[in-house]
Amino acid sequence: MPLRSPSVLRPLVLLILLQFIGEALARLGGIPIPGPVIGLALLALAAGMVPRLFSEVEATADTILRHLSLLFVPAGVGVLQHLGLIRREALPIVAVLLLSTLLTLLATALTFAWLARDEDAPRGSDEP
Amino acid sequence: MSGAPAASFWVYLSTSPLFWLGLTLGAYVAADAASARTGRHPVANPVLITIALVGTVLLGTGTDYATYFAGAQFIHVLLGPATVALAIPIVRYRAEIRRNLVPLLAALMVGSTTGVLSAVVIAKAFGGSATLIASVAPKSVTAPIAMGVAREIGGLPELTAVLVIATGITGAVLVTPLMNLLRIRDWRARGFAVGLAAHGIGTARALQVNPVAGVFAALAMGLNGLVTAILAPIIARMI
Repeated sequence: MPLRSPSVLRPLVLLILLQFIGEALARLGGIPIPGPVIGLALLALAAGMVPRLFSEVEATADTILRHLSLLFVPAGVGVLQHLGLIRREALPIVAVLLLSTLLTLLATALTFAWLARDEDAPRGSDEP
Repeated sequence: MSGAPAASFWVYLSTSPLFWLGLTLGAYVAADAASARTGRHPVANPVLITIALVGTVLLGTGTDYATYFAGAQFIHVLLGPATVALAIPIVRYRAEIRRNLVPLLAALMVGSTTGVLSAVVIAKAFGGSATLIASVAPKSVTAPIAMGVAREIGGLPELTAVLVIATGITGAVLVTPLMNLLRIRDWRARGFAVGLAAHGIGTARALQVNPVAGVFAALAMGLNGLVTAILAPIIARMI
C-alpha cells in the first residue's frame, strides 16, 4: 500500500467537494447560481492564490476537460423523449437555433475584437 | 445456435447499466476518432455524432431513455466536477484575462442580451408556442442554469436541456466558418463568442482548437450563466 493515494483521485475528490460547497452556498444563501459555477469561482480564487493547489489539480482537470464533449451526451440523447413536440414546432426551433446562435456569436465576437484592438493594439500581432 | 439463448442474453445486456455506459463511451471514442481524422472539421462534431449513434441504437432496440440513463448517469454526473475544473485554464491564463477586462465585460453584456432577446423574438416571429419561447430563452447557457431559468419563466426544463445541447452543437459547428468569413483571427474574441453563445459544447470545441480560445470560452460560459440567470426573467417578462 502506497502512503499517498494516486494523484488522479485526490484532485477528483477536491473537485466534487468544491461542487458541494458551491451547492451548499447556493441553497443556503439563496443564490440563483448553480453549485458547480460557484465551485468554479472558489477553485479559481484558491488555485490562483496557492500555487501548490494549482499544480495538484492541474493534470486531472486537463484530463477531464479534454473529454468535456462526452459529458453532454447523456442529456443530449434525451432529445428522443421530445421528438413529438420538436416535430410540431420544428420551424421556430430550427429558426431560433440557427439565427439566434449566429447573432449571438456575431455580436459577442465583434464587440470583443473591436474593443480589444483599441485597448491592446501592440499585442494584436501575436494572434495566429 | 438457437435464437433463445441469444435473446435471453440480450435481455440481460439491455437491462445492464454497464452496457449503456459502455455503448456511450464506445460511441464517443469512435466519434472523437472520426472528428480527429477530419482535422477537427466543425461539422464532424463529436457530441452530435455520439448522440446520433447512441440514439440510433436506442430507437433500433426500442430501449427507453430511463433504461439508457441508468447507465449513462455515471457520465452525466461528471458535468458538475468538470465545470469546477474549468477554473484551472482560467487561472493558467489569468494575466491574459486581466489585460482584456474591458472588451470582455462589454462583449459579455452585448452577447448575453443578444442571446436571450433574439431567441425570444425569433421564436415568437416563427409562431412558437409560449412554452417553447420560455424554454428556449436561456438556450445559450449551461444546462443547470438554463433549466432553472426555464422553470422560473414557465418553460419546460427537460425541453430546455435538449435545446441547450442543440444550441451548443449549432454554435460549435458555426463558429469556425463564421469567424473565418468575418476575418476575426483573434483567438480571445473567437473563444469568448463560442463560450458565450454555446456554453460547454462551444468551450469543448474551443479547447480542441486553441488553448487561449478555450480559456476565454470557459470564462464566457461561466459569466454568461450568471448574467442570463438575472437577465432572462426580466426580458421574458417584458415580451
